[in-house]
Amino acid sequence: MVTIGPSEGLQVELQSSVAAQFGRQIKAVIVETLEGLGIKDARVEAIDKGALDCTIRARVTAAAVRATGKDVWKD
Amino acid sequence: MMFVPGNNPGMMADAHIYGPDSIMLDLEDSVTMAEKDAARLLVYNALKTIDYGTTEMVVRINPLNTPYGKKDVEAVVKAGVDVIRMPKTETADEVRELEEAILQVETEIGRVGETKIMAAIESALGIVNAYAIATASPRMMGIALGAEDYSANLKTNRTPGGAELLLAREQIVVAARAAGICCFDTVYSNLDDMETFRKEVELIKTLGFDGKSIINPRQIEVVNSVFTPTEKEINKARAVVAAIREAQAKGSGVIAVNGKMVDRPVVLRAERTIALAVAAGVISEEEAL
Repeated sequence: MVTIGPSEGLQVELQSSVAAQFGRQIKAVIVETLEGLGIKDARVEAIDKGALDCTIRARVTAAAVRATGKDVWKD
Repeated sequence: MMFVPGNNPGMMADAHIYGPDSIMLDLEDSVTMAEKDAARLLVYNALKTIDYGTTEMVVRINPLNTPYGKKDVEAVVKAGVDVIRMPKTETADEVRELEEAILQVETEIGRVGETKIMAAIESALGIVNAYAIATASPRMMGIALGAEDYSANLKTNRTPGGAELLLAREQIVVAARAAGICCFDTVYSNLDDMETFRKEVELIKTLGFDGKSIINPRQIEVVNSVFTPTEKEINKARAVVAAIREAQAKGSGVIAVNGKMVDRPVVLRAERTIALAVAAGVISEEEAL
């Protein structure tokens, strides 16, 4: 589950069952996804249970789209 | 064709391990309205990232007359899906509308003509228009029956024997064959009754369908076992094909195999049997020659 709130700069709080092995990688995917969407200021809370990178990307994008009201697809 | 909910990332990641011929990621009925945006992104990212190998990837989009349909098309075409399954298709115009939406996205990304269309027919009007739907676009690769909505539209119920679906099934096979495209039967959702499921698969194979929609990996083995030709059938088909080749070399079109006359329709059936055996991996392409 991913929730996004306002912040200065990008802050990522991660709770993951695989944090020891993949914590850095998961945080990198979250930051890269937000930067790809042009988001520079956000606080992200992510609760992960071993999701694939593509799932994390989708969840972060969905949360960002809902938070900003700006869709990635055309209307 | 195995149905997989588009809002279940675990199932989307694992589905191809079970070896279905095609996987249909669903954005329509298995996804609630509140989750449509999130499921679309999950499907997009899964298609872009997961290596599904040679498995044909299909996505069932929402109807174009909903707020979700066009965004679904944009997402899945950009992700490089093989086939878009259009739900509740009733007219050829609906297919052409989808074709236009696909072309718009394909033109934008420079991938024109790559996305195929499968139309699911799920109403009496759709069945009446089956041939027009099947021939509405050169992108059409198949038509499929959606039996739950169809039965409700007919004001009847599903039965184990499927009497209520007979006309629709026959109409879909005939329309597909006349159009030169594939046809796929509906799902069977009672996983506790594999015996009735097998009977249904045997029935639809006899009717002429190319395949069956399934909802669980447990159903794959049954479909494959019904559709895979037996060793006896393969040997007979090879004898027919070998004999006709020999006859053709001698300038004759009619031959006898094991005392029975063999002409063109018999040869066509034999060739299909061999093609199915190759597709099922029972014989290699070299052995089929």
